[in-house]
Amino acid sequence: MEPFTTHTGTAIPLRRSNVDTDQIIPAHWLKKVTKTGFEDGLFEAWRKDPGFVFNEPARQGASVLVAGPDFGTGSSREHAVWALQNYGFKTVISSRFADIFRGNSLKGGLLTVVLPQETVDRLWALTEADPAVEITVDLVERQVRAGSGDAAVTADFEIDDYTRWRLLEGLDDIGLTLRHEADVTAFEQTRPAWLPRTQTV
Amino acid sequence: MGRTLAEKVWDAHVVRRAEGEPDLLYIDLHLLHEVTSPQAFDGLRQAGRPVRRTDLTIATEDHNTPTLDIDKPIADPVSRVQLETLRRNAAEFGVRIHSLGDVEQGVVHVVGPQLGLTQPGMTVVCGDSHTSTHGAFGALAFGIGTSQVEHVLATQTLPMAPFKTMAVTVNGELPAGVTAKDLILAVIAKIGTGGGQGYVIEYRGEAVRNLSMEGRMTVCNMSIEAGARAGMIAPDQTTFAYLKGRDHAPEGADWDSAVEYWTSLRTDDDAVFDHEVVIEASELTPFVTWGTNPGQGAPLSASVPDPASYGDPSERSAAEKALEYMGLTAGQPLRDIKVDTVFIGSCTNGRMEDLRAVADILRGRKIADGVRMLVVPGSVRVSLEAVSEGLDKVFTEAGAEWRYAGCSMCLGMNPDQLAPGERSASTSNRNFEGRQGKGGRTHLVSPQVAAATAVLGHLAAPSDLTDVPVPAGV
Ligand code: SF4
Repeated sequence: MEPFTTHTGTAIPLRRSNVDTDQIIPAHWLKKVTKTGFEDGLFEAWRKDPGFVFNEPARQGASVLVAGPDFGTGSSREHAVWALQNYGFKTVISSRFADIFRGNSLKGGLLTVVLPQETVDRLWALTEADPAVEITVDLVERQVRAGSGDAAVTADFEIDDYTRWRLLEGLDDIGLTLRHEADVTAFEQTRPAWLPRTQTV
Repeated sequence: MGRTLAEKVWDAHVVRRAEGEPDLLYIDLHLLHEVTSPQAFDGLRQAGRPVRRTDLTIATEDHNTPTLDIDKPIADPVSRVQLETLRRNAAEFGVRIHSLGDVEQGVVHVVGPQLGLTQPGMTVVCGDSHTSTHGAFGALAFGIGTSQVEHVLATQTLPMAPFKTMAVTVNGELPAGVTAKDLILAVIAKIGTGGGQGYVIEYRGEAVRNLSMEGRMTVCNMSIEAGARAGMIAPDQTTFAYLKGRDHAPEGADWDSAVEYWTSLRTDDDAVFDHEVVIEASELTPFVTWGTNPGQGAPLSASVPDPASYGDPSERSAAEKALEYMGLTAGQPLRDIKVDTVFIGSCTNGRMEDLRAVADILRGRKIADGVRMLVVPGSVRVSLEAVSEGLDKVFTEAGAEWRYAGCSMCLGMNPDQLAPGERSASTSNRNFEGRQGKGGRTHLVSPQVAAATAVLGHLAAPSDLTDVPVPAGV
């Protein structure tokens, strides 16, 4: 996983609540057996509408998604995270994320940032007024910054120390757990013998 | 202070606890299917890691499998590759697999419980959000993403952030004709699709205690539709009776030790939940959804709501968008909504009790002209049992199609899909835009409502059927 320290880029405002993972990446894309090549499936149905914000020429190359509340509900498909990353997003901002989606994103290095809806509204207003406005998501300082003058937004966000450290270092979770393999083996000795097994090995 | 059921199960699985880090939890059962596992096995291969506990891992094929012509090669080459990839990975890593054509094949959340692999007090995970189904046994069961699938394959553990606890207590008895599905749809409409975020919900109260294991699975299955991490019901005699004698249930002295432990798995009287919701069962009625998320539901006797009646602007705009997509107008009675398709199946309502309930309504009746009805058992075992009771005949004589087991039209990854603009009454769990096929419109309903709807051609409850069914054999 690539380390995430701070990222600056232009944004796409997605003014919809309850965006479920079936919209982020429709089921027929889930047949792929790789982690790449999902960019064309991202919001596939909505992108057919020429008026959809993703189709505005000024939004091309954006890397920050500013989404409505309850982003990523529904299916646990991690393909939703891959699709956002394949498309070029480094970070998603919303006032509320669905749990599994948020877990998947932070595992995979897509930084999901929770800000109050009122701050999200101000970011929407900024980028809608000028698509060239850049948003900085600074994981070191746990802060989002955008715009200048009266409309400028500076907002601190919360993320737990452990997740932040993992993202800053770009550490793989499995490698971290395997450092404690002796604990796992010790735990296994204590499991009751009657617990089910799927096969004898 | 006492602990809740969820906290007891969690505490019993902590492998490692360290200040400032998530708890490392041991996983007792890992279920796999073809959609969310290929990239995980690939990761293992690249890192040269084995599957740590093949004896706690099991795979089944369900999402892509066809429900017709299962003896012929799968027509869609991409679906075929995904199934073949799972078979190859299972063989290479030594994982038990139940492939298409196998008697134990079926939807992953139907297969685990019927094999007796899902037991009280266990931790169960699967790369699938409806893993919450297994909570019906008093297991802590949650859906995970593909990176976590790889993590569990490699280590049999997961680092997990702490959760909050919610009690949903349903007092009293469910009125006749009101099912587990109606109960959970009403819960979701009450707390909202995000209301359960960060919580493990424990369902309690007389109405929950009186549910069968199958009904409990229906309730826990849809916990994720309220945004919850997991749903749970404390194990009791109903649970033990269901498990006794199943393939992987403990036997003899082991059974006694297991029951003794299982009996301790209940929320202590002095335990405190972070949030409590109370529902009176007597107020529940058959429930249907009118919108494009499972929280957009209402009693069948109600009308399509007016978006203007929502105070919250984001809910209002969500309702406007939903009505547009669903092709509905505010104020239209829900009973007037005509459907072209009825789908019976899925891990929510694809078990024996569901099929029996549908058959009881269809027996001696015909489905309405122009309605297509698919009955898809949740597993091959369910299918065989239904055939042994003659239910398949009841379905086909009524004009429905009796299919092979799988996820089918629950998400339309196989050929069973809605065409654009088609409308279904579906016993599945998600009414998202395009979920059952591009442009398809879904109303989530109970099996009983689905069956009555098939007969009348519009959303309806069994009590709307005023005809007298022709007795069998006449
Ligand atoms: S039946 Fe539907 S919800 Fe259940 S596992 Fe299959 S696709 Fe998912």
